[in-house]
Amino acid sequence: MTELRSLRKTRRTRDARRDGEFSPRRKVPRLHERPWKSGASAPRPGARRIGFSPRGAQGLKAGFLSWVPNAALKGPLFHAGVPGRALTTLLLAVCFVIQTHAQVTFDRLLNSTKEPQNWLTYSGDYSGRRFSSLDQINTTTVHSLAAKWVYQTGATGKLETTPLVVDGILYATAQDDRAFALDTRTGRPIWMYQYPVPADIRPCCGHVNRGLAILGAKVFLGTLDAHVVALDAKTGSVVWNVTAADYRNGYSFTVAPLAVKNLVVIGVSGGEYGVRGFIDAYDAATGERKWRFYTVPAPGEPGHESWEGDSWKVGGAPAWNTGTYDAATNQIFWPTGNPAPSNRGAGRAGDNLYSNSLLALNADTGKLDWYFQFTKHDEHDWDATQVPVMLEAGGKHLIAQANRNGFFYVLDRATGKLVSANAYGKITWSDHKDSEGRPVAKAEASPTLEGHTVCPGALGTTNFMAPSFDPQTTLFYVTARDQCDIFSTAPQPYEAGHAYYGSAYFPSEEAEPYRGFLKAIDPATGEIKWKFEHTSPTWSGVLATAGGLVFTGDAEGNFVALDAASGKPLWHFQMGSAVYAAPMAFAVDGKEYVAIAAGSAIYAFALP
Amino acid sequence: MSLTIRPERRGFFFASVCLGFVLLATAACIADDRNPFAGDAKAAKAGEYEFRINCALCHGLGAHGGGRGPDLTRAHKKHAHSDAELFQVISNGIAGTVMPANGTNGQGVGMTDKEIWQIITYIRSVEVKAPVNPSGNAAHGRLLFYGEANCSLCHMAEGKGGRVGPELTSVGGSRTRDAIIDSVRNPSRRLAWGLTESTKEFPQEYETITAVTADGKEIKGVALNEDNFSVQIMDTSEEIHLLEKDKLRSFTKSRESLMPVYTAALLSDKDLDDIVAFLISVGAK
Repeated sequence: MTELRSLRKTRRTRDARRDGEFSPRRKVPRLHERPWKSGASAPRPGARRIGFSPRGAQGLKAGFLSWVPNAALKGPLFHAGVPGRALTTLLLAVCFVIQTHAQVTFDRLLNSTKEPQNWLTYSGDYSGRRFSSLDQINTTTVHSLAAKWVYQTGATGKLETTPLVVDGILYATAQDDRAFALDTRTGRPIWMYQYPVPADIRPCCGHVNRGLAILGAKVFLGTLDAHVVALDAKTGSVVWNVTAADYRNGYSFTVAPLAVKNLVVIGVSGGEYGVRGFIDAYDAATGERKWRFYTVPAPGEPGHESWEGDSWKVGGAPAWNTGTYDAATNQIFWPTGNPAPSNRGAGRAGDNLYSNSLLALNADTGKLDWYFQFTKHDEHDWDATQVPVMLEAGGKHLIAQANRNGFFYVLDRATGKLVSANAYGKITWSDHKDSEGRPVAKAEASPTLEGHTVCPGALGTTNFMAPSFDPQTTLFYVTARDQCDIFSTAPQPYEAGHAYYGSAYFPSEEAEPYRGFLKAIDPATGEIKWKFEHTSPTWSGVLATAGGLVFTGDAEGNFVALDAASGKPLWHFQMGSAVYAAPMAFAVDGKEYVAIAAGSAIYAFALP
Repeated sequence: MSLTIRPERRGFFFASVCLGFVLLATAACIADDRNPFAGDAKAAKAGEYEFRINCALCHGLGAHGGGRGPDLTRAHKKHAHSDAELFQVISNGIAGTVMPANGTNGQGVGMTDKEIWQIITYIRSVEVKAPVNPSGNAAHGRLLFYGEANCSLCHMAEGKGGRVGPELTSVGGSRTRDAIIDSVRNPSRRLAWGLTESTKEFPQEYETITAVTADGKEIKGVALNEDNFSVQIMDTSEEIHLLEKDKLRSFTKSRESLMPVYTAALLSDKDLDDIVAFLISVGAK
């Protein structure tokens, strides 16, 4: 390590010399020689700058920023107007250097919309809307968008990661539980950490990981063998590593954790193994577990009566996608997955709480405030693990989810009461609603021994692919598919660590060919304002930006920018591999980037 | 699977010592290769459910084959005869075919060794012991295929024939008789798979494309590949056209196959049987 450090130091000096012709850089004194002028921008003691430019230039930028407060944030990147562009040019001329904050405080996470150059959580902010207020890349300029760099992770399989970006450094994961940090301007790696994944893990649905959380000076990784690992954000060294559950019984983590206050919140995978699902919160400083909420209640707890006999012990209800957080009520909203066995209800009579639900948990204690169950007593593997998105409409605090069962649900965030539920894809499982407006399953939708066709299929109308809500168009964008499956029962005994489905499903040949869409839903009415049909169904998530654009990927390998208002494709780039990840946006040196993972690589795009 | 012996791991220094170990290990392997559940009806039942979960997608609910996978109730299997060979095929897949390795088909978590043996036990329990008599005359079928039935105008088998339709050398080994007959009588009911890309969920199908270029030229053919912005077509003269959709005057895609519907009036049941017998004889090689 010491050798490595000295090597880095040598390189830095050499690069600084090579760059010496840029006089502003060279003349600025080193950090320890000169105090910072802008307290707000000054790094904490011990902070190491990234990139190859001399430290002092940061001070220059800090000084410049204090001279034109907010200009860097609100001017060039937020508005495409002429003064903004002029300012961009000015900034670009002066600021070659990335501004680094040392710590990602909870306060910064809470106010992440104030620093749109960064992407601090899985969904970009606590509301889960995956919206970037950057607008340099917009409907007018997007035609000249071009790939700036590609980083090959070296991992094979499905890359589902959403990168985080903090002050010029990009942090992401690959499916084999590696984590890495890149220079956002060049894609060059700063560090790489490979978690030692046991050879005998058998996670459901492949080896995947959807990303990291960041808090303080650490990034947090959930692993395929159900560990939570804290890494030093500057080096990738392990700070702590705790075991959440025994992977040999089918527990794993694939989710990007969510940092809230001083906690790292994470939900477990394993619904296909008969796990007992849970959501955990760990002290970010020490790794000590502060609370655990079991998504399947034990005897004596409310909701336990919704399970037959001992079925609760292997009841599933995993929590494998990232939730959201409302600071106003201190509630974490976290979605849960299918009851186990996933496709056979016999032996687990009842609603099977809290499977396929949205949970509102007190962030400090993990205590349940309210829940809403989307699919009761599920027999079709319709996990409700889609990102719940917080919206404000008509003075109401709402939370919306495009559910795997084919309905778009809007709930009152304060109470968990249903506001509306509208189908946004092809469904045959429900033909009426109950008195509260919830879609009710038809009895004949249950799988049979011979098998019969139900829509949507087991993969759902949507799945883990992250949606986006655009506060400018007030539309909710979601990747959707129309596919029906034949569901047939296949009774299976529970055996620890073994697959536990109780049924088989396969595509129905009699049904229409499978179709994939990007749909723009008006949350107020449930109406589909526009849809863009893909050549075949995609697993890509969606990003909306203030540039009036929606970005998504397709199964044919294209990264596509569409007009957020109309759905018209405006730009595309062929990345050479089907997309299983969601895009995100960031800015560095006054330049907006959009990034997405595809194949084994992370691609970053910007204007020339 | 722990059946493989890896001599390269053993040091040169130990070569002579290891000979004995290798012999012992080989004996152990033979023991491991035996199905521990052979003939066990309970294991066969468990295997039937595992089969539904893991295999029925392509091989059909009763292992009678589906549109994508061969009929496993046939006593003669192309890629595996012994239980040990079946175990290998299920574990590792079959290179060059759509048969995936265990746990890699994107559905579920894969099977344990025990579950694979249960599935093999199930397959054995449903096998039709007597080999199915090919009802047709393969020699006559060959004449028809390359001759008056016009199959080889579009389809290739054993290196001879056209390129517009799917290559059929292996189809007799991987598809059921019923599936082949169905695809001749109802070619549009289930379009054949074309290009399969490693990261993509669905393969390209033999869809019919009609495109009109900016200068008014109409191109009709099968899709070699397609995305939202471009399409690669082979027309009936086997010319390849690489087209950008936004430069076309019109673009239409149809799931009506370019292959004509071979009704009984066009091709008798007997002649079709002969052609199927020919394809099965080629596919079995």
